[in-house]
Amino acid sequence: MSAHARDWGAFVTPAGEGAVHMDLAVEGITCAACMGEIERGLSRLPGIHKARVNLTSQRLAVDWDQEATGADEIVATLSRMGYTAHPFDPASQKDRQDRTGKTLLRAMAVAGFAGMNIMLLSVSVWSGNATDITPETRDFFHWLSALIALPTVAYSGRPFFISAFKALHAGRLNMDVPIVIGVTLAVALSLVQTIQHQHHAYFESAVMLLFFLLVGRYLDHNMRGRTRSFAENIAALKAEVAARINDDGSVREVPLSKVRPGDLVLVMAGDRVPVDGVVEEGASEIDQSLVTGETVLHPVETGARVYAGTQNGDGTLKVRVNVASGATLLDEVNRLLETASQSKSLYVRIADRAAQLYAPLVHGAAALTFLGWLLAGLEWQPALIISISVLIITCPCALGLAVPAVQVVASGQLFRSNILLNSGDAIERLSDVDTIVFDKTGTLTTAEPVLVGRNHLSPELLSLAGRLALSSRHPLSMALVKASGALKPFETVSETPGAGVETTVDGKPLRLGSPVFCGVAETEIGSLLKGYPGSSLLAIRYGDDAPALLPLRQTLRPDAVMIMNSLRQEGYEIEILSGDREGAVRAAAEELGILHWKAEMKPAQKIAYLEALKAQGRKVLMVGDGLNDAPALAGAHVSLSPVTAVHLSQAAADAVFLGDRLQPVADALRISGRARRAIEQNLWISAIYNVIAVPIAVAGFVTPLMAAVAMSASSIVVTANALRLRLGDRSSTEPEA
Amino acid sequence: MDVLIYLIPIALLLGLLGLIGFLWSLKSGQYDDLEGAKWRILDDDDLPADQQSHKD
Repeated sequence: MSAHARDWGAFVTPAGEGAVHMDLAVEGITCAACMGEIERGLSRLPGIHKARVNLTSQRLAVDWDQEATGADEIVATLSRMGYTAHPFDPASQKDRQDRTGKTLLRAMAVAGFAGMNIMLLSVSVWSGNATDITPETRDFFHWLSALIALPTVAYSGRPFFISAFKALHAGRLNMDVPIVIGVTLAVALSLVQTIQHQHHAYFESAVMLLFFLLVGRYLDHNMRGRTRSFAENIAALKAEVAARINDDGSVREVPLSKVRPGDLVLVMAGDRVPVDGVVEEGASEIDQSLVTGETVLHPVETGARVYAGTQNGDGTLKVRVNVASGATLLDEVNRLLETASQSKSLYVRIADRAAQLYAPLVHGAAALTFLGWLLAGLEWQPALIISISVLIITCPCALGLAVPAVQVVASGQLFRSNILLNSGDAIERLSDVDTIVFDKTGTLTTAEPVLVGRNHLSPELLSLAGRLALSSRHPLSMALVKASGALKPFETVSETPGAGVETTVDGKPLRLGSPVFCGVAETEIGSLLKGYPGSSLLAIRYGDDAPALLPLRQTLRPDAVMIMNSLRQEGYEIEILSGDREGAVRAAAEELGILHWKAEMKPAQKIAYLEALKAQGRKVLMVGDGLNDAPALAGAHVSLSPVTAVHLSQAAADAVFLGDRLQPVADALRISGRARRAIEQNLWISAIYNVIAVPIAVAGFVTPLMAAVAMSASSIVVTANALRLRLGDRSSTEPEA
Repeated sequence: MDVLIYLIPIALLLGLLGLIGFLWSLKSGQYDDLEGAKWRILDDDDLPADQQSHKD
């Protein structure tokens, strides 16, 4: 984080009575003690109205009087207690209240309580039918049930009505269409039966069906909300802010949403460039690996184009945020992204495919039942009642829960394996995969460069280099500091921008910087690069000794080799598509034993290659992080991206994984494979249930009691089968990295 | 069966009370942090100062 004053006005929202409100993502709240400590610590500050930690989402909400305490004081207090906190950008928090979740929960509560009351009346009727209930009492109970059921169905059924209507409007058929038909017919039939003083009414079946389905839907929504809020925390803690230079020359840190095209933004040495734009002033080297996949640093100067997500080297830059011109890499990526996401929306979910099979079959069976009974000589009214009871008993309760129940359990397991899902159907698409395409830079390799080949360096020289590197904010210097473990910087260091740093040790000059700065011969650079292809070079020179070269590059993720081997054993085809140079890609591919690889790929080439694979009938999982991967991520059958990826790629990917390891990729495939099998089992269970239930209904033997028992039993069986996924999986998930 | 005249409204009222109670608890944010709530019951800081054993 840079040292500019932050523009707090952009992060707080008014909370009434002169107070202001701020939400913060807090790192390190892991236990109840932290919760109490934070709340107590903050309430000691003057002017704090309320400080409340949410342990589920690891967030802190503060209401306070801005006159008494500054927002920066709150963050400072937290950091003194040992917690890193970063405010959320209110502009990105529009759905903070989680309105959908609350609506679903309210609908579920209404259906639940109404169902209980109706069941109370229904059980009385059922036991009364067997004994001595009077027709008047039965009618009274049925009317009461109708009074409760009609408003309940109208209120709690809305999520289903809306979704079914939307699907029909678009000319499709989804799971909600048969649900809506079933519920509506059950209620309508019961109302007619009640008017006609019949023995049976199906109000409790209709309301119970809604209740079960709403439970499934709420759990599904909740699980996705949890991963989403976690992802938001990560984004906030990455401190995605820009240092905007105002017209009066002052520099203020503002959230990215407040940056407008045409603004001038200051990028300090070693910072990530927060915006896309053109360099107005300054010169530096830029690490573009997140954008193009290339690991070699690029020099930039006035007029050069820089992209959000790249890392600035040792110079300070002033960047003019640009308006889209239609000709930059970013525009091209955006164009490709749009076409790629359009082609993807053609995927039909398993549940909807099941509904497309199920609805015509069941509705056809009901129609045939009606015709059959008519031909058998029954009046049209009793025949209609029997055929509707076919629809009610086959009420798609188990079918409606079959997929969501498994998805909830599976996404919980993915969450524990450090995978956050972006899209709900990612699990079923992951299970189709037969080919995995990796990006190299930042995906197979770690995002940060590491010192490789230190054997020709004496430990003394390395520690001197590390101490000198402490005075530079260049990304390579930071990697060198890590490698040497240096802690104590030199006191007087002079810096030559774009070249290196220099100091004097024991009367002899010590230089660290570019090979030219230290006077390294061209030939030596060339021969070292052959040994370490794709690496960036630093050089060090102490006194009159010959200068030494320090090759740094991104290394493979620690478990990459192991994961590649196990994925290959499981029969996946593995390929690499990289934007980096050939030598670097070849080295990585050889180390991982990957035969198919392509280097220097442009975004359009990547997506064309994926299209070619698709044309061969292959289902591709794309794993990538760079801006250049974004269209490919959107266009692939399913995609994953590491949490270090640029914004656009994370948004295009179906899931994001955390940590330094590749294990989550293997976990995602394994868990989704098991989930797929459970989904298929569930669909078979509900099919078998229907095979048993339909003949009984067709024969006209169905009673409301049977419908209620059958529905509950099938729902419980399906849910239990989904929960089975959890058994025996605890041990195999990796502990948190 | 005259007792039904009292019992049915009572049953309906109880159900309605339960529903209202649930909706109230939902609205006042009691379901926002289920993870934290289970620890907060062990926290003594909500007691008035004189009832609290002296610490820090």
